[in-house]
Amino acid sequence: MPKEQDFRKQVRLVYHYLLLTFVSVVLIIFGVIYITTEPDVSYTLPETIAPETTALDAEIIAGIHVPTGFVEGDGLPLVIQNCTNCHAAALVTQNRMSREGWVATIRWMQETQNLWDLGENETAIVDYLATHYAPDQKGRRENLATTEWYQLKP
Amino acid sequence: MKRRNFITKSALGTLTTLLGTEIVFGSTMPRDYNPLALQDPDPFKLFNKDSGMSVLNTKPWNIEATAHLLDDRVTPNSVMFIRNNGLIPENVDINTWSLTFDGESVENNKVYTLAELKSKFKQYTYQLTLECGGNGRSEFNPPAKGNQWTIGAVASAEWTGVRLRDLLDDVGIKNDAVYIGYHAADTHLSRNPDKEPISRGVPIAKALQEETLIAFKMNGKDIPLAHGFPLRLIAGGWPASASGKWLNRISVRNKIHDGAKMTGTSYRVPCKPVAPGGKVAEEDMCIIESMPVKSLITYPKSGAILKDGQSLNIRGHAWAGELEVSKMEYSIDFGASWKSCTLEKPVNRLAWQHFSATISNFPKKGYYEVWARATDSQGLAQPMILPGWNPKGYLNNACHRIAIKIT
Repeated sequence: MPKEQDFRKQVRLVYHYLLLTFVSVVLIIFGVIYITTEPDVSYTLPETIAPETTALDAEIIAGIHVPTGFVEGDGLPLVIQNCTNCHAAALVTQNRMSREGWVATIRWMQETQNLWDLGENETAIVDYLATHYAPDQKGRRENLATTEWYQLKP
Repeated sequence: MKRRNFITKSALGTLTTLLGTEIVFGSTMPRDYNPLALQDPDPFKLFNKDSGMSVLNTKPWNIEATAHLLDDRVTPNSVMFIRNNGLIPENVDINTWSLTFDGESVENNKVYTLAELKSKFKQYTYQLTLECGGNGRSEFNPPAKGNQWTIGAVASAEWTGVRLRDLLDDVGIKNDAVYIGYHAADTHLSRNPDKEPISRGVPIAKALQEETLIAFKMNGKDIPLAHGFPLRLIAGGWPASASGKWLNRISVRNKIHDGAKMTGTSYRVPCKPVAPGGKVAEEDMCIIESMPVKSLITYPKSGAILKDGQSLNIRGHAWAGELEVSKMEYSIDFGASWKSCTLEKPVNRLAWQHFSATISNFPKKGYYEVWARATDSQGLAQPMILPGWNPKGYLNNACHRIAIKIT
């Protein structure tokens, strides 16, 4: 009896090893097929980690994100993701507001224009806007900005 | 299917849907190639605008002119500013387009087809000045939120249509009618079909004026799409937002219309003046009605250099909302002294007026600014510096200035 039990135990062990080996081989074969036919598989990982930043960096020339016109700065990817779905970036970049003003504008958009809750991203977005699009003191009338002088024919 | 191929193929499918035709050889199209039809549209070609116009925003489209582009006596489409709150309607079908009258204060709801509007009622043509309430916003300090218009959000085109009063007569309105509000076919930026981008209106008294039109022609042709094709309400002399584009419904209300951009702080200014940057409660904000007196020097373009002794001819337009401009002056010494311009009468009420002057007395060589100042029929003139600050930056009618050098 103990001998027969021993034999059965050994058979079960061998059976387990065989199954494990078979599964591993199948996995390896499928893996190899997938990698050889899909060379881009190595890009999958970085894409999920920081796709925006790498793509964004390439689009920044002289401190300006060319496709949108936004100034380069911390929080830019979040601003692009959240602030250019409904309207063009130009509606942001032509404005100048204090931190309080930008928050009030976000609240107004949330209350009346279907803007979603920005959650934990709101601080970074407001920081970016209040830093790069803060008001200048313009006084009650600015000097005329004449960029092009030309000779007027009599 | 491989993930990347799947994305490419489905993107091709989407492109095909957008273009309404199959992209032949689409599968061999280079990966980052954007078909011509879908590349960022050139707004100047898209809307037939002069390439000197300034694009303030592409979504929604907001485009303004510069002063010297507005030199024509009647503004052509090529230099007419575009102000949109939402997205321009696609697929306008004039065969099915209709105008509905409803609201608390109509006797009965009534629907007119475009053909009925054009055949049943007498048509009128007026030159009517439309200025964006926020024209000049860019100068306010502290800055005001919104499109940063400089001076070019004004135009005076010829509008042809039927009088709104004739339509209201035909529909029949009750004695308690207070306001009319328009509804239109444009789409909210969020694409939520339940939201209107803008639905403003005017009090009944303005709606019943002879010049208040339901227009279907601008400068003798179909209204360009960006300006309201096929039907637009025109209420000259008031903020241009009261002149609803792509009009398909008018509600006759027994109270002040409460559509989008009628309430809150939109197109409203503090009922009592406030200090720059001041907080104003919503109930202390009053709806803008007539626009204030204003003028533009449209010739020459700022930056002209003249030879000593050469005289300078200036010309431009002046307007005063519901009123007429009664006096037009210019100064070459920063407002210390003023000289009169020749001023023409308007071709009809609510059309802008033309002025001109010859300046031949520049005392010496150097830098000058020519300032222009209009005065309305009630004696109110344009201020030289920014008028009263208001939270949304409306009604900046500070005098227009151009720079001149005598060498």
